[in-house]
Amino acid sequence: MSQKFSTACPLSATQQPHPAAHYRPSRTAQWAIVGLICGGLLSALPAAAQVKIGFITTLSTPAGYLGQDARDGFMLAIDEEKGRLGGVPVQLIVEDDKLQPAAGKQIAEKFLQSDKIRLFSGLIFSNVAAAVVPDLLAANAIFVSPNAAPSNFAGKGCHRNYFVASWQNDSLHAASGALAQSLGYKRMVLLAPNYQAGKDAINGFKTKYKGSVVEEIYTNLNSTDFAAEMARIRQLKPDAVYQFHPGGSGIAFIKQYSQAGLKATIPLVVPMPGLESRILGAVGEDAVGVIATSHWNGDFENPVSKAFVEGFRSKYNREPTPYAAQGYDAARLIGAALKATGGKVEDTEKFRAAMLKADAKLTRGNFRFGQNQHPVHDWYQVSAVKGSDGKLSLKTGVKVLTNEGDPYAQECKM
Amino acid sequence: MSIELLIEQSVNGLQLGLTLYLLAAGLTLIFGVMGILNLAHGSMYMVGAYAAAAIAAKTGSFVAATAGGAAAAGLFGLLVEFVIVRRLYHREHLDQVLATFGVILFTNEAIAMLFGRSPLFMPTPQWAAGQIEIFPGVPYPQYRIFVMAAGIVIAVLLWQLITRSRLGMQIRAGATHRDMVGALGVNIARLYTVVFGVGALLCGVAGALIGPVRSVQIGMGEDVLILTFVVVVIGGIGSLKGAFAGAMVVGIIDTLSRAVAGPAIKAWIGGPTGDSLAAGLSSIMVYLVMALVLVIRPTGLFPATGNRVSHAGH
Repeated sequence: MSQKFSTACPLSATQQPHPAAHYRPSRTAQWAIVGLICGGLLSALPAAAQVKIGFITTLSTPAGYLGQDARDGFMLAIDEEKGRLGGVPVQLIVEDDKLQPAAGKQIAEKFLQSDKIRLFSGLIFSNVAAAVVPDLLAANAIFVSPNAAPSNFAGKGCHRNYFVASWQNDSLHAASGALAQSLGYKRMVLLAPNYQAGKDAINGFKTKYKGSVVEEIYTNLNSTDFAAEMARIRQLKPDAVYQFHPGGSGIAFIKQYSQAGLKATIPLVVPMPGLESRILGAVGEDAVGVIATSHWNGDFENPVSKAFVEGFRSKYNREPTPYAAQGYDAARLIGAALKATGGKVEDTEKFRAAMLKADAKLTRGNFRFGQNQHPVHDWYQVSAVKGSDGKLSLKTGVKVLTNEGDPYAQECKM
Repeated sequence: MSIELLIEQSVNGLQLGLTLYLLAAGLTLIFGVMGILNLAHGSMYMVGAYAAAAIAAKTGSFVAATAGGAAAAGLFGLLVEFVIVRRLYHREHLDQVLATFGVILFTNEAIAMLFGRSPLFMPTPQWAAGQIEIFPGVPYPQYRIFVMAAGIVIAVLLWQLITRSRLGMQIRAGATHRDMVGALGVNIARLYTVVFGVGALLCGVAGALIGPVRSVQIGMGEDVLILTFVVVVIGGIGSLKGAFAGAMVVGIIDTLSRAVAGPAIKAWIGGPTGDSLAAGLSSIMVYLVMALVLVIRPTGLFPATGNRVSHAGH
């Protein structure tokens, strides 16, 4: 039903997405809306053939804001060109995968079969990507990730039609390891939830951190009470702590770390997802002093980033997260390839050659694709600070890594 | 492990137990008195936390936030009882589970529409932001001590209400001799509404108190729901004394297995296997204890006596 809704008129490409866009109205109501909106907009539509972009993303569940931001960043790039990317009219069709691999697969099938979409983006979570990406690639479609980048598609499993505009999972934690190393921490305690991504986080961190790891603590997945861990950290007296807990767990961890009085004596290092503007907003003053690493931050001085932040604020009335910047960058990279190929997505080899040039100005500045078509870019230290006006913000510090790819790139043979 | 650390971890366990009690008390009353299996109990907790966070952001007052959170959750509970739960008293547990599961989904989406999907900020009150030395060399967060104190006060008040007041007598009688209470002229429907409202109110208090420590976000209720059910099952369904004992058992076992058993296993086995085993064991420990309790005392540690389940299928 909703695919007809989307194909009948380019609602999502021309309208600001409503926060509740994924709540499906009844059948009659849908057609009534389609009729009303198309009637009003048809005259204004460009005549050229549109390239459809399927955006399978996570909009619901507590992690839904990640997908919302990626989508809104992507939309902003389209809006800046008034419904085009790289001069080619595009139509963005967004669906919510609900963070369920099976739901993502269903949407992919529908997009491929019924909507004949050849170009995809949107995936946020590795587990959904693991289910959806093989289907897309088997159908010879192109996928440009605004976030998800698990290791299984980065090394031996790399693919000519698979691009990542965000960062490879391991490199996120490796960057934090490099920061901890450069800050001279000799003894560290590392914490992560007891599941694959948690173990990857700690292993990724250790690829660049060469000091001594006093203890690795694996917590229960989704736990929100860390009193026992705080007591252990106090007992172990490390130079610094690195922790990766996604979403609400991470918010709870930083609050409790500060409340336990540990933050004042033992620096806390986290990866980007542990400290972006939304997390900062939820943690508040307890976050001041926490150190992270990121490939992008809201205070970047380059003109693309400045314009993006301004555009995002004025359109959506909130601060963009790095996920929003990644969505925007993904759209920009796609735009460059569309421009070079005149919007011919069907010729995947030509499109790929154009994509690989990454001939686009991105919010993070320095960027190119490595041999596994994942980013080679820079990482920066980002700290939560309290301004003289009492406002909290994320401040970019030193550059931690330059032209950094990921550890899987060399395993990729294409 | 030093004795100080052991004491600190035990205090952590008590503190976790007291917060669990606030949730379990309502759940056990609702199930014990009304025979309603209420999966939406966690939603009341979330409503309380969101209302408290919103009020704290507007007024900056922690007291107003807690009172508002409790009131909002209580009112939401009354609404849910009036609109949905009231129709379920004579239905099977499966129907109750389905309907209250629906309430979870509804509440989550309603909160997302009202507040968005970003987690909300809930500040620690200024007067409890620091630490106190509970033992030489063991600083403890003031706010957690405050939460413990609040938990104890509420537990005592609730105990007084149940054992000393007329309403409490009716509730106790309702849990054990439902038909007789009705026959004696007590308005059972009103009693049920009150019990449901009180249960939701307690959830709201818990949500408001926990806000500054954890994350105020959609789905926060489901995270605590399972542990709350474990508490109720260990303690004995329908019994406040049982809920208190169960909460303490779960709080202390969960904390000590993370703090003591985990590191011991790691030291013993070592390597990645030790890490996984330590983490795995500490996460299943409370469930093992629950299974053990069910084997030894199938009705829980302090079961409510009487014909609690005899009404099913009226």
